[in-house]
Amino acid sequence: MNDRHRAAVNSLTSIVEGLYDQIDGGEIPRMELPLRSKKNIEFDPGTGVWRYGDLRTTRTAKTVQGAQMMLRTAYTADFINDMIRSGKSSTLREMYYISEGWNNAKFHTQDESNLLAEDLETVSGCMREDFRLRPEESGAHVYGDVTFRTLTKKGMRSFNCVDDVAETGFAIPYNVEKDNFEIESTDARFVMAIETGGMYARLIENGFPERYGCILVHLSGQPARSTRRLIKRLNDEAGLPVTVFTDGDPWSFRIFASVAYGAIKTAHISDYLATPAAQFIGITASDILNYDLPTDRLSDKDLGALNAELSDPRFRDEFWVSEIQAMIEMKKKSEQQALAKYGLDYVTDRYLPEKLTDMGVL
Amino acid sequence: MHSGERKVGNGSSGAIAHRLAAKQQEISVTEFFEKNKHILGFDSRSKSLIMGIKEATDNALDACEEADIPPEITVTLERMEDEVFCICVEDNGPGIVHKMMPNVFGRLLYGSRFHALRQSRGQQGIGISATVMYGNITTGRPARIMSKIEGDDAVSWRMDIFIDTKTNRPIVTNDEAFVWEGKDHGTSIRYYIKGRYITGKQSVFEYLKNTAIVNPHAMITYRDPDGKTFVFERATETMPPKSKEIKPHPEGMEIGDLQKYASATQQKTVRAFLKNDFSRITDRIADEILSRAGVSGEGKPPKLTREDCKGIIDAIAAVKIMAPPTDCLSPIGETLIKKGLMHVLEGLRPDYYATPVTRAPKAANGNPFVVEAGIVYGGDIPSDGPVAILRFANRVPLLYQQGACAITKAVESVDWRRYGLEQRGGRGIPYGPAIILVHIASTKVPFTSEGKEAVANLPEIQNEICLALRLCARNLKGHLNKMERKSKTEAKFRIVRELLPDMAGKVSEMLDRPRPDLTGTISKIMNVVWIDSRVKKEGKKKVSVLYTVYNYTTQERTLRLHAKLPKECVNLSLFTDDRFLDMNDEGKVSWEISSLPPSRTAEISFELSGELADTFSPEDVYVSGINPIIVMGAEGLPGDWGIKGLEILETDTDIEEEEQTEDTEEAEDLGDE
Repeated sequence: MNDRHRAAVNSLTSIVEGLYDQIDGGEIPRMELPLRSKKNIEFDPGTGVWRYGDLRTTRTAKTVQGAQMMLRTAYTADFINDMIRSGKSSTLREMYYISEGWNNAKFHTQDESNLLAEDLETVSGCMREDFRLRPEESGAHVYGDVTFRTLTKKGMRSFNCVDDVAETGFAIPYNVEKDNFEIESTDARFVMAIETGGMYARLIENGFPERYGCILVHLSGQPARSTRRLIKRLNDEAGLPVTVFTDGDPWSFRIFASVAYGAIKTAHISDYLATPAAQFIGITASDILNYDLPTDRLSDKDLGALNAELSDPRFRDEFWVSEIQAMIEMKKKSEQQALAKYGLDYVTDRYLPEKLTDMGVL
Repeated sequence: MHSGERKVGNGSSGAIAHRLAAKQQEISVTEFFEKNKHILGFDSRSKSLIMGIKEATDNALDACEEADIPPEITVTLERMEDEVFCICVEDNGPGIVHKMMPNVFGRLLYGSRFHALRQSRGQQGIGISATVMYGNITTGRPARIMSKIEGDDAVSWRMDIFIDTKTNRPIVTNDEAFVWEGKDHGTSIRYYIKGRYITGKQSVFEYLKNTAIVNPHAMITYRDPDGKTFVFERATETMPPKSKEIKPHPEGMEIGDLQKYASATQQKTVRAFLKNDFSRITDRIADEILSRAGVSGEGKPPKLTREDCKGIIDAIAAVKIMAPPTDCLSPIGETLIKKGLMHVLEGLRPDYYATPVTRAPKAANGNPFVVEAGIVYGGDIPSDGPVAILRFANRVPLLYQQGACAITKAVESVDWRRYGLEQRGGRGIPYGPAIILVHIASTKVPFTSEGKEAVANLPEIQNEICLALRLCARNLKGHLNKMERKSKTEAKFRIVRELLPDMAGKVSEMLDRPRPDLTGTISKIMNVVWIDSRVKKEGKKKVSVLYTVYNYTTQERTLRLHAKLPKECVNLSLFTDDRFLDMNDEGKVSWEISSLPPSRTAEISFELSGELADTFSPEDVYVSGINPIIVMGAEGLPGDWGIKGLEILETDTDIEEEEQTEDTEEAEDLGDE
C-alpha cells in the first residue's frame, strides 16, 4: 500500500463514518456532491481548463434512488478498501459483476457502477487508479515518430511508434502515468488526434505522419482518460502543438471539447486530462461550404445536441458560436471521410496542408 | 303545364307523362325498403347478421321489461351453408296473442310504439319485420315464430311467415297450436339469413356482451356457430324502473309532424288538440300560440292548412314553454353501470372502475334525455392503442359509424391529458388502458339515420356528454393520483424496511461499531399517517373491509375517516366497531381515531353484505382533523361532500415540500467518457 492508496482508504472510511453518524444521530442520511452538469462547470484561468464550480447537489435517503446510491457507496467503499488491503485490482466491469452479490446494493447497469466510481472520486479527491479500479482497453492507438518507454511483463521497454509497431500503431495502455510510462524521444513537429479509424488508416497509408512530422492519435470515439492524459503529456512534456481532426457534427464537437477543455463528467480532474492548447482542424460547418462536401441532414437529436452546446459554457466563444449556428442554419452535417469525394489523396495533399498552414502549425 | 311551345319527339311532354304514369306502379313501403336495405342497416353481409339479432334481442328485452319479467334470452347462431345462417332468438317475455303474431313479425311499420313517445329500444317499430323480410329475400325461407302467453290453459302457437313485399302483408303457413314443453311464456323466432360471420369489434359476441353490460338485470346466453356457449349471468335482480309514455313536447316539432298529429287526433277543436295532445301546453299558452299564429282555436284539427301549421310552429318557437317532463326516463344508474361493467369485464381484471356518472335529465328539441358515463381503467386492458368507446342508446349498443357519432365527438373534444390519459395535442381519441362507456336515454334519441347507428350531434346532447365524461374522468384522475401516492408510500416503505437497515448493517460492520437505532431516522423519512385499505371477498355477496391507520409521524394524532357505503349492504358489524361515529341517509359514514401515539396503529373493520357489496371501493376514503399532506392512502375530506369533518387541531412543524430528485441531467446526455 503506497501513500495514495492509504489516502484513498482513509477518505472512503470517513465517508462511511459520515453515514453512520447521521443514522446514529436519528438524522436522514445525506451526502453532498458537486453538481455534475454543464450548469456547474467554470473556467479555471490558472490551468486553462474547465472544472466543477461551487454548486452542490444533495443526495438523501428520502428517495429510493438516493438511499440506494448511499447503500451502494457503503458497499463499494468496503470493496475498494478490501482490494487495496489485499493488493488486488479490478476492472470497472468486474466491479459491476461483483455487485451481483450485494442484494439491494446491486448495480443494474455498468453505467451505474461507473458513475458511482466517479462520485467517489469527486467526494474523496482521489482518482480511480488510487482505488485500484481500471477501465477496459479503449482501442486507442498512436502512430508516428515517437518512442515510449513502458512497463511490460518483462520490465520497462522502449517502443518506437513507427518502427516497432504493426500498421495499426501502438495501443495506448490504460495507465500512462510516470511510474509505468515515459515519453523517451520524438522528432515530430505536432500531434493530430483523429476521431475515426478510417481516417487514421488513410493518413498512415498516404504517408502523412512521415511527410509532415506528425504523431497520429486515434481517439476511437469519445477518448478514454488515458488517451486524453497521453495527449496532454505529449503537449506538456514534448512541447508539441496538438490538433484535433473529427467529423463535422455536434457529437464530434464534444469530442474536441473533452480533449481541449475537459469533459463534464470528469471535470474534477480536468487539469490532469485536458489540453487547453489543442486546436480544432475540422470538419467545421464552414468546411462543408468551402469544400462543398457531401452531407447528411441533421436529425432531431443532432439539432437538440447543437442547441445544448449553445448553452454549454465551454463552447461560449466566437468561433464555436458561429460554427454551431451555421450548422443549425444549414441543417447539415458531414464526415471526415467525405473528403474522399475528391480522391483518396485529397485529404493529405490539399485539405490538411491548407488547414494546418492557416492554423500556423505547418 | 306549359306545353305547346316545345315539341319533344312525336308527342308533347304531357303525353310523355301519361305514358310514364302507365308504367308507374304503386310502390309499397316493403318494396321501398327492399330496394333501400341500407337504410335499415342491412348494407353488408356481416352487418346483416348482427342487425337481425339486434332487432330480435331489443324486442325481447322491451317486452320483458314491459311485463316486469327478468329477461332470459338465448341467441343461437348456426351455420347452414357457407353464407347462410340460421338464427334463433328465444325469450321468456309475456308472449304474443295468436292473432297478432302475423302483424308483429310480418308487417313493416306495424307496432304499438309507432306514435308513442317513451324510452324504448326499438323506437321505430320497423326492425323485426325488416329482419324477417331480409331473411325471406336472401334465402327464400320463411321465419318460424313460436309464442306462448301466460296462463294454465294457454296453448302455444307456431307459424311460418313470409312477407309479401308488394302489399306489406304477411303470408302465413303451417299455423298450428302445439304444446311447448317446459315453457311458461315467451316468444321465439327462428329465421334464415344470408350473412357473414366475423369476430372482433363488430361481432355478434361483442354486441351481446355490450348488451349485457347495460342490461345487468338480463341473463343472455349465446351459442356461436362453433357450438361454444357463452352465458352472461344476471348481475342484479332489480328490474329497471319502467319508462313512462309522454305526449310529444311542441318544441323541435316539424311541420310534417304537426300535420300528421292533427289529422289523426281525437280532439274536436284546435285548442283542445294543442292543450291535450302535447305536454306542457296550458290554456294560456294555447291561446297565446293561437293568437300569435292567427289561427282560430275552434276549428277542426284535420282542417288545419299547411300555412296554419307553419304559423303554429313559428308561434311555438316564440312562446316560452316549460321543458318536457323528465321523470319518464329510466337511466341505468351509477351503481348498476358499475355492476354491469364489473360483471362483464371481470376477465380483463381492471384496476379501477371510475365511479360512473348519471347526469340530471335535460331536453333537446322537445325530447328529454339523460347522459350517463363510466370509465374502466388498467389491468389487462391493452394500453398501447386508442381507448375503446362503448356507445349505448336506450340500453342498446351502437357498433357502427363510431366516427359520425356525437358520443365519439364528445370524447374527442375532452382534454384527457388533464385526467391522466395520453392524447396528442389534447384532442382526439385518447390512448391508454381504458374503456369509456357512454349511455344516452331519451324518449327519442336523435340518430343520424334510420339504421340507428350514430347519435346526431345536437349541441345540448354533446355538451351533456362532455360534462358527464369530465365528471367521471375526475374520479379516474383521483384514482391515478392515489395510485401515484401509493407508489410513493411503497417507495418509502422500501427505504425504511430494506435500504436503511441494509445500510446501517453495512456501515456498522465496516467500522466495527454497534448497530445504530433506526427509529429516529425512520419517522423522519416517513413523516406520514398511512391508511391501508383492504377488502376481502367473504362469499358471493359479502365482503369484509379493514382499514389500518399507521402513525409514522413524531406526534400524537387525532383524525376522522369518512367513506360512502352502499347503505343497503350495511350490517351490525359497522355499528359495533369502537371507532364508528355516525352514518347519514346517503350512507356516508364517519369514524374517529383519537390520540394515536407515534409509531402505533389503529384498525377499523366492518362487513358489507348484499348484492351491491362488491361495488364499494375501500380506497375511496377521506380524512379530516389532520393535514392531508401528511396522509397517505386517503384524500382530504372534500368541501362539497356534505359532511362536517373534524377541525384540524394540531399544528405540523415539519411538513416539507416534496424534495426534488437529484439532478441527473449530467452524463452530458452523450457518450462523454
